[in-house]
Amino acid sequence: MVELLHVENLAKRFGGIVATDDLTLSIPEGELHAVIGPNGAGKTTLIAQLSGQLAPDSGRIHFGSNDITEMSMPSRSLLGLARSFQITSLFLDLSVLDNVALAVQAHSGHSFHFWRNARREPELRDPAQAALARVGLDARADLPASALSHGEHRQLELAMALASRPRMLLLDEPMAGLGPEESARMVSILRDLKKELTILLVEHDMEAVFALADRITVLVYGRVIASGRPDDIRNNAQVRDAYLGEQEAVHG
Amino acid sequence: MTLFIEQCLNGLQFGLLLFLLAAGLTLVFGIMDLVNLAHGSLYMLGAYFAATFAAWTGSFVLGAILALGATLLVGMAVEVIAMRRLYGRDHLDHVLATFGLILFFDELVRLIWGAGGMSLPLPSWLNTSVRILPGVDYSAYKLSIIVVSLSVAGFLYFLVMRTRLGMLIRAGASNREMVGALGVNIKLLFTLVFGLGAALAGVAGLMQAPILTVQIGMGENILILAFVITVIGGIGSIRGAFVAAILVGFIDTLGRAYFTDLLRLAFTKETAATAAPALSSMLIYLLMAIVLVIRPEGLFPASSK
Amino acid sequence: MTSVFNLRTIVGLLLLLALVLLPVYVELTGSRFLLTLFTRIAILALAAVSLNLILGYGGMMSFGHAAYLGIGGYAVGILAFEGVTTGFVQWPVALLVSAFFALVIGALSLRTRGVYFIMITLAFAQMAYYIVAGLARYGGDDGLTIQKRSQFIAPINLSNKVQFYYICLALLCAAIYLVWRLINSRFGMAIQGARSNDTRMRAIGFPTYRYKLTCFVIAGTLCGLAGALLANHTDFVSPAMMYWTRSGDLIIMVVLGGMGSTFGPLFGAVALLVLEEVLSGITEYWQIILGPLLLLVVLFARGGIDGLLGKVRHG
Repeated sequence: MVELLHVENLAKRFGGIVATDDLTLSIPEGELHAVIGPNGAGKTTLIAQLSGQLAPDSGRIHFGSNDITEMSMPSRSLLGLARSFQITSLFLDLSVLDNVALAVQAHSGHSFHFWRNARREPELRDPAQAALARVGLDARADLPASALSHGEHRQLELAMALASRPRMLLLDEPMAGLGPEESARMVSILRDLKKELTILLVEHDMEAVFALADRITVLVYGRVIASGRPDDIRNNAQVRDAYLGEQEAVHG
Repeated sequence: MTLFIEQCLNGLQFGLLLFLLAAGLTLVFGIMDLVNLAHGSLYMLGAYFAATFAAWTGSFVLGAILALGATLLVGMAVEVIAMRRLYGRDHLDHVLATFGLILFFDELVRLIWGAGGMSLPLPSWLNTSVRILPGVDYSAYKLSIIVVSLSVAGFLYFLVMRTRLGMLIRAGASNREMVGALGVNIKLLFTLVFGLGAALAGVAGLMQAPILTVQIGMGENILILAFVITVIGGIGSIRGAFVAAILVGFIDTLGRAYFTDLLRLAFTKETAATAAPALSSMLIYLLMAIVLVIRPEGLFPASSK
Repeated sequence: MTSVFNLRTIVGLLLLLALVLLPVYVELTGSRFLLTLFTRIAILALAAVSLNLILGYGGMMSFGHAAYLGIGGYAVGILAFEGVTTGFVQWPVALLVSAFFALVIGALSLRTRGVYFIMITLAFAQMAYYIVAGLARYGGDDGLTIQKRSQFIAPINLSNKVQFYYICLALLCAAIYLVWRLINSRFGMAIQGARSNDTRMRAIGFPTYRYKLTCFVIAGTLCGLAGALLANHTDFVSPAMMYWTRSGDLIIMVVLGGMGSTFGPLFGAVALLVLEEVLSGITEYWQIILGPLLLLVVLFARGGIDGLLGKVRHG
């Protein structure tokens, strides 16, 4: 199995707080790898470092055959590493289709084209429509992104990540704030995507995690306390104490 | 040598004046996240009020005190009427709205006081020199500016570091929402802080009136310098504003004084005379550019004060 | 969002038509002064179009845009003073110098954000102002008179007021069209995306800095052209052209007209300058009204004139 993402001894501090503590992680191609942990465990910080938004204090990140530790965000995106955001980060004043078309445009060469109307270019519009259809938003394509519901925003986030035809997706709590119906829909979309992409999924929704994940890593205070197949994790005493125990109590 | 000491004192005095102006700006910016271009207008009003009240009462000091009070009132009125609606909005909105206020105040002053500007003569007891060192005489008034400014700076330090109001100001500079959540009357706090800023601007304006100028548009000229100082020092930091202001005061004064001589070595008198102020002004902007490149948050970012 | 036939576009096109027909009206009524006023409006509208590109569409709040008016103007003025009166040299030089300054200023300023960006563009404009004011040979503070307007080959004669008016108007229309095409192209989408959410743009793979810089240079060059026109119009250049408050005037025009809209800058320039004329006829203290008016626009009619026209359509 080809290792697509390999993280070695990643570390990050913010003043006195250790956000990432000597973290090592490997994700082979085609796997859906979930990262779970209590709040403050450093999950979003991890994604930020993987996508290039934040620079680690030490450690290396390898994507495919490239060491991407020093690479900028746009460069990583162009290599095929795409992310979605936990807090909705869209182009709210542009249309839904424009949002996705921009993601397509980012990966089709440079943008020093000054004359041709970009909104009429099939090379941009068609893949964008396709990505929207993939997540079930094609009917809403021409609305301003601000007009969408929260759940639809999460779907749009996913469509944009897909439009760049990535090799790997970093998904930061795609289910955040979704109701039961929307969550179920998101799970089925992700299950479909699993077949063609490698995914790192950060989530709190345990049902989704156990339904989708091939392997799970548990993070507490920035450290990996367990990593393995879902059943192993479910039965791991340490994990139960730290995290799952609370969750099960909540879910009854 | 005596000339050099004199220029240094001039630099210090100018720097302190700039500090008073910049302190108000950085406070308002740091606490209320408000970009106030009309700060220069309050500076202008301080000068005009002082000139008018001094003429009415016949006393320079009384005029100054009344001017201070008047500027404070105008500042608080402006806060209640206009500024309140701008909090939380885009900085562009602040820039536009306060630019409108500049236009308004410039015209208002022209309407009330006429286009010709005014003068504020010094009382005889201030219009002398003082021997500060053997062989070195310095203007008594400029010395008093230094003394007053340092006292105000000291007072500000005491206020911000030792009083409850100051604690709220420091807390507000790093986390506005928290202060509100603590149940403090934010509206009142903001009005007070804005008023304080206005008073500082007014003091700066009235103090420089006898030696520099009282005319329409004086606010715009000096406002840029105040902003540059705020940026160099770090937004929200009074300590930063102090250091930056002294630095800028020295550079500007010494630059003007010595560039002319330097340039005259190579160029004609008029070329040197025209180019010197230009060069020294440019030096300040260059300084700001360098600071922004090395430390984009300024020399003393607000989290420390 | 960019459908062609709506009220804003119709009003914009009608306004352009009226501007085209203006000289006829002037001929019939003999009000020469209108021609002068509207030539100035056309030139400043051109400057506003260029500012709208970076401010309205690009979200780059530059407070130093008037510097390019000065740079373009002084390029013409200095060359004319030194005996180079042909427009074929003056105007390209004006454009090149403006482009160069925009490149340098933009390269440094675009590394900053928000209020720091405002301050640093402001500072650079002031630097330009001080440089020019320090040039004793070219008049310093007092400015420089231009004895002869830019010379081109006959029959083009810039001293002919009607001809000059049409040239300015033609360049304005060309600029509006150019910006419209630009903003809808891939480049324009990148710029709009960067305005809307720069972090997201970088996350999806756009190196936004280079596009914003290019946009900045295009806007500076266009404004330099306006500067060259202005120099010809007033037969005079002075550092006051680039004082930071002039940048403020340009920003007012863009906001008043409606940021990020095709005809907004035109609406804004016409509205502001006509308002100036009308109000100064009523009272010499008209700015007292303009100031609070601006405040009200910011608070209640943020979309400017274009925004109001848009609202009318959607009821």
